[in-house]
Amino acid sequence: MSATDPAVPLLDVRGVTLRYATERRLVTATWRVSFRVQQGDRYVLLGPSGCGKSSLLKAVGGYLSPVEGAIHLKGRAIERPGPDRMMVFQEFDQLLPWKTVLQNVVFALIEGQRLTKAEATARARHYIGKVNLTKFADSYPHTLSGGMKQRVAIARGMAMEPDILLMDEPFAALDALTRRHMQDELLRLWEDTRFTVLFVTHSIPEAVKLGTRILLLSPHPGRVRGELESDGRDRTDETGRTLSERIHEALFATPDQAAEVIHA
Amino acid sequence: MHELTAPPDRSLALREPVERPLPLGERLAAIGALRKGLILALLAALWQAYAVWLDNPLIFPTFSETLRVLITDTASGTLLLRAAFSLKVLLTGYVIGVVLAGLFTALAIRTRPGQDLLETLTAMFNPLPAIALLPLALMWFGLGNGSLIFVLVHSVLWPVALNIHSGFKAVSPTLRMVGRNYDLRGLGFVAKILIPAAFPCILSGLKIGWAFAWRTLIAAELVFGISSGSGGLGWYIYENKNRLEISSVFAGLLMVILIGLLVENLVFRTIEARTLRRWGMHA
Repeated sequence: MSATDPAVPLLDVRGVTLRYATERRLVTATWRVSFRVQQGDRYVLLGPSGCGKSSLLKAVGGYLSPVEGAIHLKGRAIERPGPDRMMVFQEFDQLLPWKTVLQNVVFALIEGQRLTKAEATARARHYIGKVNLTKFADSYPHTLSGGMKQRVAIARGMAMEPDILLMDEPFAALDALTRRHMQDELLRLWEDTRFTVLFVTHSIPEAVKLGTRILLLSPHPGRVRGELESDGRDRTDETGRTLSERIHEALFATPDQAAEVIHA
Repeated sequence: MHELTAPPDRSLALREPVERPLPLGERLAAIGALRKGLILALLAALWQAYAVWLDNPLIFPTFSETLRVLITDTASGTLLLRAAFSLKVLLTGYVIGVVLAGLFTALAIRTRPGQDLLETLTAMFNPLPAIALLPLALMWFGLGNGSLIFVLVHSVLWPVALNIHSGFKAVSPTLRMVGRNYDLRGLGFVAKILIPAAFPCILSGLKIGWAFAWRTLIAAELVFGISSGSGGLGWYIYENKNRLEISSVFAGLLMVILIGLLVENLVFRTIEARTLRRWGMHA
């Protein structure tokens, strides 16, 4: 992908404060968070539970409006959900159970992109092939394993060719072996098409492996602790610490807080 | 440590087939229809034995006599005509009730006051037996199909609306977000996401609505059923009771049961097999 002007980022999150109401109280999820995602970035939001990383992703998705600050995609303010920002969720029930794998992707393309049936089918088959599920194109979701369902969701997200792919801990509910396999597959897909992805996780190893840039968030409410670059190999810097160790120190100042993180 | 390339241990080799068929008895016992058929045959035999022992056809005719009347009256067309009359009224009321329930719920789900209104109305009218409205219906719509359809709609509308509504409410937030991600809004969202996602609840609502409608209709026909020269199954039962044709009364009741079973097993089972079971969406 050609170099883009960093002055005009693809996604610009500026001073965003998010609040949501539960039955009894108003919770501040994030406090004046800012970050910028460039074209082709694998941008990771990393932090323990309560740091508002999922809320941030939902705000970029258009499901949650900031009470302060602004989110711009390609210079346009985000007002509501749309097919230019495809979500991949953690939950396995994100596929429509009444549609086959192929129909799930085709439906998204017809509804979201207004493609004709023939165009949608051709594109859907192409992306289902990319995630190696061609044999299962006519299967219903309930017959697939968790990992396969997530691959369909990723194929669906990629097939929409969105400006940015939003992934909300998509591998968190998978077993350890499948998760590693899916991480490798995501990297392979990215090498292939260089899509821009905003990825939420609470796992430091996952962030180091998948991210090109990692935004560290601290909890209650979510605030930016810093931004780091990664080349996926968890290198040792001049102070003799690995990237994971630096992230760990930045996120958890005191040892008892460190117990909160899940090493996945 | 085991070497992955080590030769397999001979003593651990599997010496029996990986799968083999179950014995015949166990395979037959697995067929539900067979087990239930056996129970039906047993009940029929009990009925026959008791009626023969009682020997009072005015109070309790035998199973064979009931079956004979059922067959002759079906063959002569009397019973079928009555059943057809009942079914026609029933379907009219059922369809109106279901359509109203669908419209009502689709509108209610979109606003908070609409939802509150629906919840209040279903809470009020669902426990009210439809047949209790018959006297009022007779006053408003007169002695005829209008009154029957009115009570039928009442018996279908509330339980179906209640089920559709709770089905809509139970649709997972993830699926809702997926639908909105495709820019689906308004009625498109209801039709393409909510209705299929809530289909297990909707189908069970349709089943309950059917059962309520069928009962209500037969009950209403027993109270008054004659209109435009012919009546339905309920009227057939009532008429024959007055003529002391008790085996015909039993034959009429049997017909009511048969039609109920037929609809449940043919219509609803088929819909279920084609949709919910194929999608793995058991309610």
